[in-house]
Amino acid sequence: MGELINARNLVKSFGETQAVRGVSLRVNAGEVVGFLGPNGAGKTTTMRMLTGFLDPTAGDIALNGLLLHEDPIRARQSFGYLPEGAPAYPDMTVREYLTFIARARGIPARRIAERLDAVVARIHLRGVVDQVIDTLSKGFKRRVGIAQAILHDPPILIMDEPTDGLDPNQKHEVRELIRAMGSTKAIVLSTHILEEVEAVCTRAIVIAAGRVVFDGTPADFERKAPDHVTRNRMDYAFRAMTAAASEVPL
Amino acid sequence: MSPWGTIFRREFTGYFATPLAAVFLVVFLFLAGIFTFSMGGLFERGQADLRSFFQFVPWLFLFLAPALSMRLWAEERRLGTIEILTTLPIPLSHAVVGKFLAAWLFSLVALALTLPLWLTVAWLGDPDQGAIVAGYIASAMVSGIFLGIGGCVSAATKNQVIAFVVTVVLCFLALLTGFPLVLDFFRGWLPQGAVDAIAGVSVMTHFTSLMRGVVEFRDVVYFASAIYGLLLATNLMIDWRKGA
Ligand SMILES: Nc1ncnc2c1ncn2[C@@H]1O[C@H](COP(=O)(O)OP(=O)(O)OP(=O)(O)O)[C@@H](O)[C@H]1O
Ligand SMILES: [Mg+2]
Repeated sequence: MGELINARNLVKSFGETQAVRGVSLRVNAGEVVGFLGPNGAGKTTTMRMLTGFLDPTAGDIALNGLLLHEDPIRARQSFGYLPEGAPAYPDMTVREYLTFIARARGIPARRIAERLDAVVARIHLRGVVDQVIDTLSKGFKRRVGIAQAILHDPPILIMDEPTDGLDPNQKHEVRELIRAMGSTKAIVLSTHILEEVEAVCTRAIVIAAGRVVFDGTPADFERKAPDHVTRNRMDYAFRAMTAAASEVPL
Repeated sequence: MSPWGTIFRREFTGYFATPLAAVFLVVFLFLAGIFTFSMGGLFERGQADLRSFFQFVPWLFLFLAPALSMRLWAEERRLGTIEILTTLPIPLSHAVVGKFLAAWLFSLVALALTLPLWLTVAWLGDPDQGAIVAGYIASAMVSGIFLGIGGCVSAATKNQVIAFVVTVVLCFLALLTGFPLVLDFFRGWLPQGAVDAIAGVSVMTHFTSLMRGVVEFRDVVYFASAIYGLLLATNLMIDWRKGA
């Protein structure tokens, strides 16, 4: 399997602010890319462009070989997306919501129940499947968001802070899930937890002030810290990489 | 099911997931009853028709349609679900149409619940059935236009209260420009052509025209193209404002 995401020179301006200033990204099947960067670095904005929610000010995006702006509907079929904060309709039950997403994604009616069962089992939603989303705990809401993203078993997964707000057990489970799916899919996830990158990612990309300041394996990432640092080496490397860029006024 | 059908179904059942539906229907019927019987003087006039009801319908919808439309898009934006909805593999136009039709059908349900009024006058006398049918069509059209305006406004904001207020104001203007008093005011300083144009785009002009009992091609074209135009505007509004 080949290249599933190819984004070239993405730029996004909001009026005066340049949130993203020329980010390029190529991701192959079998890669799990961890997107790192300080608050406001442009991670969410980049992911919103990758999914077509935001139109880039400049640059173009190909997903599964389809240009997003030329063939948006078919390109959108190839990914699942967990937006920041895992939004969902609060007045629906988990089952109603996932059924709605399945229908909207064009999954044939006779296969919806089977897909739902598979995902509900995989994300451990069995106990809450008939509960109204509004009454779920934060962690369960996030899991509903993940379930929604993988319902159609897409080749590409884009997840904005998938483990934010999960307890350590759930964090572990979601990481296992991502790792398992990562062998066949192209996955891009953002996170503020550096250990997560070591635990699940095959590649780390650090962006600061809208630019890529590092792109390499988690091991390379750690080597960016000087030898005398023995504890929290990734934190140290992260600070070193992002400090310079963050001094540029946004 | 086609994509718009999926959106329509979720939206329509969504009205019933909260007490909103019940509150709306009760208020609608209550006001319809008051207007028709007390203020409209259905009995005093001694005529078996529904004119007294229909003449108040635009004013009823002036407040009730914005209450239905305010959440259509503002709620999606506030929740962030717009990010999921607009990245699903369905054309945006399907989402726009599906949501609009759900709100419209709901307002038609409210209208349908006034059918006992029709039965009452039919029982009391011998009403002009054609005029009543035309009255219902005219009412459905007015609610369609108001919901179209409301959907477009709702697409521009995260705040349902703002969406409600702005929609009421715009709908009020759309009604007002059809009244002789207002048109006379314009006549003082605008050429006749411009005054005709203002009257021509007014909801009220076409509503009263339909109400006369003749379904004229002109009025049908007006309502159809106004709703189409408003849906188009909603589509553009979402595209333009979704990230903001
Ligand atoms: N709709 C918008 N209008 C104006 N500015 C925006 C908008 N969305 C994002 N920005 C700005 O773009 C920059 C990048 O924001 P973004 O949300 O992409 O950061 P992030 O890396 O996801 O941060 P975090 O780690 O806090 O989630 C920020 O300065 C933000 O204020
Ligand atoms: Mg973010």
